[in-house]
Amino acid sequence: MPESPEPPAVGPQAHLKDPLVASVLAWLVPGLGHLYQGRYPKAALLFVSILGTFLYGLFLGSDQQAGWGRVVYFSFRQNDVRLYYLCQIGVGLPALPALVQADLVHRGKRPFCHALMAPPKLHAGDPPQPDPKNPDDPGQQTCGDVVRSLARFFELGSLYTAIAGLLNVLAIYDACCGPVLPEPAKDKDNGDETKPDGPKRKEEPAETPA
Amino acid sequence: MNNDLWYALPLVVVASLVYAATRHERIGPILRHAVRIAVWILGFMGIIFVVLWGVVWLVDH
Repeated sequence: MPESPEPPAVGPQAHLKDPLVASVLAWLVPGLGHLYQGRYPKAALLFVSILGTFLYGLFLGSDQQAGWGRVVYFSFRQNDVRLYYLCQIGVGLPALPALVQADLVHRGKRPFCHALMAPPKLHAGDPPQPDPKNPDDPGQQTCGDVVRSLARFFELGSLYTAIAGLLNVLAIYDACCGPVLPEPAKDKDNGDETKPDGPKRKEEPAETPA
Repeated sequence: MNNDLWYALPLVVVASLVYAATRHERIGPILRHAVRIAVWILGFMGIIFVVLWGVVWLVDH
């Protein structure tokens, strides 16, 4: 019996394309790697789930006094080692402003955008110096001020954003290698194995006997 | 009563969805698998809750 032609490279049978490019895109923006591969429903699901979790965590970690998104910041200073950021960076671009803000604060400049993702000061007298025109600048808040102001939402926001980053690691793996396919179901009538619903991988050439 | 435990619910839903998405390609199987995982996680949390509640009850009485 002649073999059936290859299915078109769309939908569930989409090719994984270049796994490295897909992985980088999946890290930059959750779901972008899947979009590149043409796996649109999954791209939408991952984008909404992961980015929604990250943004909700940012929202929990924001208030007028403490500033915006104060639960995501890069700091490996003495007495303020922020290990959460190692998980949060998994979400890619949305967590990268923290690096820019950390660099600004390190050089004694004022953070931008209502101290979005800016590391809090360790001590009140540390640079950057307060702006006389803006006495309520959240960039002047110390670690203690931020934790007191956000109270339990500091931990909750940190947790949400960290879990979003870790979940994106799963999404990156999926973009790189395709889904971890379940055991193929046996056909009840004739015992044949039915094909799982995964994407099409590049097939290895069969080994020929020497 | 502290209602912080409700914050776990969205995380359970999202973690179930993303984990299931790494196992299947089509939305139907993903959703079915996600429901199974979410029920499993919530059931496990429920058992731990009952055990801790029982321990507290024993200590109080």
